[in-house]
Amino acid sequence: MSTNVIMPQLGESVVEGTVSKWLKREGDPVKEFDPILEVNTDKVDTEIPSPAAGVLLKVLVPEGTTVKAGTVLALIGQAGEAPDENGHQEPVRQSIGEPALAGPNGQPQRAAPTPALARAASPPRRDLGFISPVVAKLAEEHHLDLQLVTGSGQGGRITKKDVLAFVEAQSVPAGQAHPAQAEVPQHETQSELPPWEKPGEGDLFRPTELQFGVGQPGQILGAARETPRASEQPASTDDSIPVEGMRKLIAEHMVHSERTAPHVTTVFEADLSAVLAHQAGHAAEFARDGATLTLTAYFVAAAVAALKAVPIINSQWAEDRILLKREINIGLAVALEEGLIVPVIQRADEKSLLGLAREINDLARRSRARALKPDEVQGGTFTLTNHGVSGSLFATPIINQPQTAILGAGVMQKRVVVINDAIAIRPMIYLTLTFDHRVLDGAVADRFMGKLKEALEGWR
Amino acid sequence: MAEMTLIDAIRQGLDEELARDDRVFITGEDVGKRGGVFRATQGLFDKYGPERVIDSPLAEMSIVGVGIGAALYGLRPVCEIQFADFIHPAFNQIVNEAAKMYYRTNGEWTVPLVIRAPYGGGISGGLYHSQSVEAFFAHVPGLKVVIPSSPADAKGLLKSAVRDPNPVLFFEPKKGYRLIKGQVPEGEYTVPIGPAQVTRAGADLSVFAYGMMHYYCLQAAEKLAAEGVDVEVVDLRTLYPVDKPAILASVRKTGKALVVYEDNLTMGYGAEVAAIIADEAFTSLDAPVKRLAAPDVPGVPFSHPMQDWYMLNPEKIAGAMRELAAY
Repeated sequence: MSTNVIMPQLGESVVEGTVSKWLKREGDPVKEFDPILEVNTDKVDTEIPSPAAGVLLKVLVPEGTTVKAGTVLALIGQAGEAPDENGHQEPVRQSIGEPALAGPNGQPQRAAPTPALARAASPPRRDLGFISPVVAKLAEEHHLDLQLVTGSGQGGRITKKDVLAFVEAQSVPAGQAHPAQAEVPQHETQSELPPWEKPGEGDLFRPTELQFGVGQPGQILGAARETPRASEQPASTDDSIPVEGMRKLIAEHMVHSERTAPHVTTVFEADLSAVLAHQAGHAAEFARDGATLTLTAYFVAAAVAALKAVPIINSQWAEDRILLKREINIGLAVALEEGLIVPVIQRADEKSLLGLAREINDLARRSRARALKPDEVQGGTFTLTNHGVSGSLFATPIINQPQTAILGAGVMQKRVVVINDAIAIRPMIYLTLTFDHRVLDGAVADRFMGKLKEALEGWR
Repeated sequence: MAEMTLIDAIRQGLDEELARDDRVFITGEDVGKRGGVFRATQGLFDKYGPERVIDSPLAEMSIVGVGIGAALYGLRPVCEIQFADFIHPAFNQIVNEAAKMYYRTNGEWTVPLVIRAPYGGGISGGLYHSQSVEAFFAHVPGLKVVIPSSPADAKGLLKSAVRDPNPVLFFEPKKGYRLIKGQVPEGEYTVPIGPAQVTRAGADLSVFAYGMMHYYCLQAAEKLAAEGVDVEVVDLRTLYPVDKPAILASVRKTGKALVVYEDNLTMGYGAEVAAIIADEAFTSLDAPVKRLAAPDVPGVPFSHPMQDWYMLNPEKIAGAMRELAAY
């Protein structure tokens, strides 16, 4: 007895489909679930898998033809078998083209699973949803495989009624179950219609919602690609900037960092009077030695001192251990027009303030000129971002992976502070440390910041 | 059989018991000369005289307290609390004295007392003429709590209550006093305290209710029948003791249970019914046990639109039935 390949109903409002391509030819062997043709509707492109193993005996509908859902498209059987074109059972009216849950007047009706369901070769296993206590009990009592039972409850749930109906239907011999459906025999008229107009039994290709009561079209059949064309088309008045290059890399890095490390920020403020005094006193000397002495140099130097005092900040998380980096390589975030780049001052602890100032000048200049070498942006163990240059008071930057922390320096502002219970005006700056809480706890981070603050405020 | 209203049936029951047993007497506010503010005792004062139908002072604690004393003394008092909302001053007498007397005297003393009170909202009664109080008393072992939903049950259960040696709280759905009409058997009959009644057999889901809500459930069930859903309606009638076998049998048949009560949802009587079902009919359940009740609001609102929002009605009940049927 050959098996029919049926045009499925690929969605509730979809009533027909077009055979776009036969993947197998007549005479080809097929395994159960092998894709044998491609079908196209205006909503979905799908591959149709074979309902049985055997040989593709006959293709009934040529490529390019549009047929109603439920139409027999091909026949599969054993090699050498004569294909049975006139159909081998009376049409089962309720499986063709209409969602079983709506009755003639649109009133909700319960879908009674047909006895054909019991004959189905084991359908793909589906998520049965919630099995209520009574359904579980009945299934056990009757030794049922609930995979075979259609669910008519909410969300496709198998209800007690569904199970009882299934049990009753199983006990009735298949041929007698639906006497009402034996229509005035259409076999005479059927033979006059082209084969693809003859509706099929459809038990294996009934719409997913009817077979299992759940899922979207194509969920079981596979390859139903949602075409998000609608969301991709920008409105005609919008501009769009393609994401590529630096922007893309930054985006990827930021997402990765946020997703990997639990970020916590602690905020300190420091009085830069001592640093400013030192800077004023030494700027001319540094200029003669070829370096512009900026606040950044002091921040880096102070950071080095603090990292030496609290070495765990200069580390990396390695899942089952924390790596304490021996070198102190400080990355400097440099803002560029199209993004930012982080050149690294290698072995910053070996450099004097003059050496740091020189290197900072050099790296910044070459960053903006796009003249950095590849290994100049690698190997950093700690990063400083001087976001105050653009006016920011304090911020919570994203950690530069795989480092443990990033230091943010805000804009320096004269502020009113209280010293010895008197009001004073001092050049203050907010310093923030955003750290990876896997490695550090707040107290340790604060200890580092305390040392940093000490280094800056006590500059000689 | 004669057709009559709920209030008429109650009055008939009182009349017949007063006639049957000399020990029976009625007491309460305005029950005598006035015939009761709802006319529950109309004509009884004239028929039986001031020693059988006694106007009490406006003092619920003593209405019940005197009733307890009289019952201990061998009489059969039927005490009326004019509105269930006013039963609270008598709470101590009911719970600490009436309920515990049999237990505390090791069975030597009983309190064959009936306390009748109109309860429930939907009559624009506001906070103090609309309360449901059955939950407080169904919680106290030693008391029986009965709520009729039909004239035939009201008369039959009231007569059983009078004859019961235990203290029985008999709450009457006041909205249904004249609204609920029905056939009442001729002649002497009682309805036993205890068994619930399946008032509409069905297959798709079971609804448990009492009082006015049961009346509404029948209406809602008719709506659903037209939609192809077959609802089984069970009138609980006796709230304590609970008719567990009837409740469980119905749930085992349909697999789905909805408990409807007009009291506030949380800790209301229906919560216990739901717990019993979940506990003892678990393997028969095809859906979660649902309760439909009033919102947890301190009082039944007085303003009409707010009262309508608060109160259950056949539409709301039908909605809950539909949802459960579809599960």
